[in-house]
This record gives sequence, structure tokens and C-alpha cells, in this order.
Amino acid sequence: MSEHRHGDGPEHDQPHDNHFTDMEARVKALESLLTEKGLIDPAAIDAIVETYETKVGPRNGARVVARAWADASFAEWLRRDATAAIASLGFTGRQGEHMRAVFNTPETHNLVVCTLCSCYPWAVLGLPPVWYKAPPYRSRVVIDPRGVLAEFGLDLPADKKVRVWDSTAELRYLVVPERPDGTEGFSEEALADLVTRDSMIGTGLALSPEAVR
Amino acid sequence: MNGPHDLGGQQGFGPIAPERNEPVFHAEWEKRALGITLSCGAFGAWTIDESRHARECLPPATYLSASYYEIWTRALETLLKRHGFVTQAELDAGHSLSRGREPRTLLKAEMVAGVLAKGGPCDRPVDAPPRFAVGERVRTKNFNPETHTRLPRYARAGAGVVEAVQGSFVFPDDNAHGKGEHPQWVYTVVFDGHEIWGEGADPSLTVSIDAWESYLECV
Repeated sequence: MSEHRHGDGPEHDQPHDNHFTDMEARVKALESLLTEKGLIDPAAIDAIVETYETKVGPRNGARVVARAWADASFAEWLRRDATAAIASLGFTGRQGEHMRAVFNTPETHNLVVCTLCSCYPWAVLGLPPVWYKAPPYRSRVVIDPRGVLAEFGLDLPADKKVRVWDSTAELRYLVVPERPDGTEGFSEEALADLVTRDSMIGTGLALSPEAVR
Repeated sequence: MNGPHDLGGQQGFGPIAPERNEPVFHAEWEKRALGITLSCGAFGAWTIDESRHARECLPPATYLSASYYEIWTRALETLLKRHGFVTQAELDAGHSLSRGREPRTLLKAEMVAGVLAKGGPCDRPVDAPPRFAVGERVRTKNFNPETHTRLPRYARAGAGVVEAVQGSFVFPDDNAHGKGEHPQWVYTVVFDGHEIWGEGADPSLTVSIDAWESYLECV
């Protein structure tokens, strides 16, 4: 059961860990039934898994943000037509069909959630983390975003506005964090290294250059 | 429906406990659950809206104690049975007992890249112009349908402002129940924290939802 380990921390007690062995058996039985009936191709499942393990993940979104920081006309395009601007970098498809980019500013911090299910911009961020899909985040972030952010180690100034985007329709939101100070002249690649997944959900900020040195 | 999925503003679920360096999957079965769910979705026998509704129809105690891949798997079993691909007896036995329905599309490995890259756009044209304009004040409907809706409870009967007209999209409240796509305009509507949460609300908070036109009324 080593694959069940979530590392150290209180998440061991979270309800999302329940039913583990039951589910292992249940999914195995389902896959073998569907394979026997000729309804699924196990090799297709491998290909799907490989896609989200190796090709589609938050590095895609980081490249979008880095381009927006480096190129004002791309940022403007991203603001106006995020789906097309993101597609120009090669990121399209499932759960990225209708993209919107929302830009953090000195006045406003943006934060994304799906209170009703698990909507998430797969094409730029990959599959959502467990916490994003679980009841604690989904219930609380719309009513107590500052309490949520504190759990992520983020304390916003009291006068900063907080805008929470609940993804209730088919639009998928990418937060463009503020560009960190001290990054003048950085290449897009170096900028992308500062862009974390959480900073593109809004539960974090982009890293400072010192943090990655 | 006012199901267990409609979580916004509920309290008592405890800490979020984000995991440092979280892996993409926590177990092999999660990988298979993802792949099976997407493969069966490719049959074209049901819509994403019907899938979401199948998930939110899980018994609340089950939904709230399950991981998301468990929710997906349980709902997928419901959909496979409802649409005649498997029977409960087959799920219990773990092997085939009858022929069952044939899918329109069988997702083969070589099709995966193309299918994922294409996605499933759900914007559709509508004839009528948008009823509401950017900057207009609107009120969300107060209703409690037992069927699928994407207007969360916390955002019902609230006054907000239209911030954007986002285009026209398949209407999930109908589409989830096989009644057709009936596309409508979708608007981003912003609410002050105080309008939704009342006394004690964070004064710096605004929350937006994306609302289909029929969720909205003139103020």
C-alpha cells in the first residue's frame, strides 16, 4: 500500500482516503468487465494516463503566464481571447475549450473554485489536485477566502480585494499572477520557473527569484 | 438539485490540508478510474451534464466520504447500467453475462491524442440577442429544482451585476436529462460578499458565477 501514502501531514485523516482497497477491487472488476465486453481498450487508458502524467500539466500554464509577462501584446490577446491565445502555444482540448484568463493586480487577488464539482482548466494545469476537488476547499473558499489562503501560507493585505470565480459553467479560468519584482530581463523560460500551479489557481503567488535560486 | 455536491458556503469540513509535491495520482486504481471514465464518455451515449448529475445523485453520505475518483466510478456504473452497456449482475459478477449495447465509438489507443486535443466544446449559437448587458443589475432566480442545475444554492435570489456576456452555451438543466441542448447566453455575474453571506461577510470579497440567462431576472 505504499502508493496510498500521502506524505506527512493531517491529510491522512481526510475522508478522501477512505474506501481505498474497496475501490482498488471495484475499479479492477469494472475494467476487466468492460474489456471483456469490448467496450474499452486498456491501451487507451494507458495513453490517457500517460498524457496527464507527462504531457498536460501546470508547466503548460506556466508558459502561458511567462509569455504574458514578457509580451504585452500576448497579454492583451490573453485578456481578450484566452482560448485562442493559449492555443497559439499549443495548449488546447479537453477542459480547456473555453478559457478565460484573469489577471491579478495590486488591487485585486483572484481565486478559482468549482463549488459544484471539479471544473478545472486541464489543458493548462493538468488534472486538479485532490484538495481542489474535496469538500473543505469547495465549501469554504467562497465564504472565507482569506482563511483558505492562510492555510496555503498566503496572507493578503487587508485592503486587497479578493475575487472568487466559481466555475459554474463551461468557462475555465486561469489566474495570471503578478510578475515578481526583480525579474527584469528574465527569459520566458526563467519566468516560467517562477509560476507555480497554485499561483494559477490563486491559492499562491508567483515565486520570487530568490526562492528558486 | 440541492445535493451533496452543492458545497459553497457549507461549514465544518475541516482543514484543506494541501499536500506538498502532490503526485498526479495517489494509486494505480485512480489512473484506471480516470481512463475508464474518459473511455466510456467517448461512447457518446451520455453528455457531460448527465455525468455530473449522476455524480450529484449519489447518496450524500457516500458523496461526502468519497474521493473524487470514487465519485466518478460510482456514477459511471450508474450511467453504464442506465444506457444498457452493463447490468448490475455483471458488475457483481465481474464478467460478461450478456451482449449489451454496442457503443457508437470505441476509444482505441491511437485515437486518444486526437480526442483529448479536440475536447468537447459546448458553445452553440442562439438566435436571440443577449437579454442583459454588461453593467446591468440582475437578480438570480430563487428555485429548488429536484433536477440538475448549475445555479448554486448560495447564489440564488441574490442581486449582482453582469460583468461579461460570455457567449451562448448548451443549457445543462435540460441537457442533463436528455431534453436537448437548448443553448442560452451565459453571463458572469458578480456579487458582493455581503449580498450572499450577510452579516459578518468579508468586506473585501466579491464572488462571481457564470449564469445561464434563464437563471437571471431584471431587478
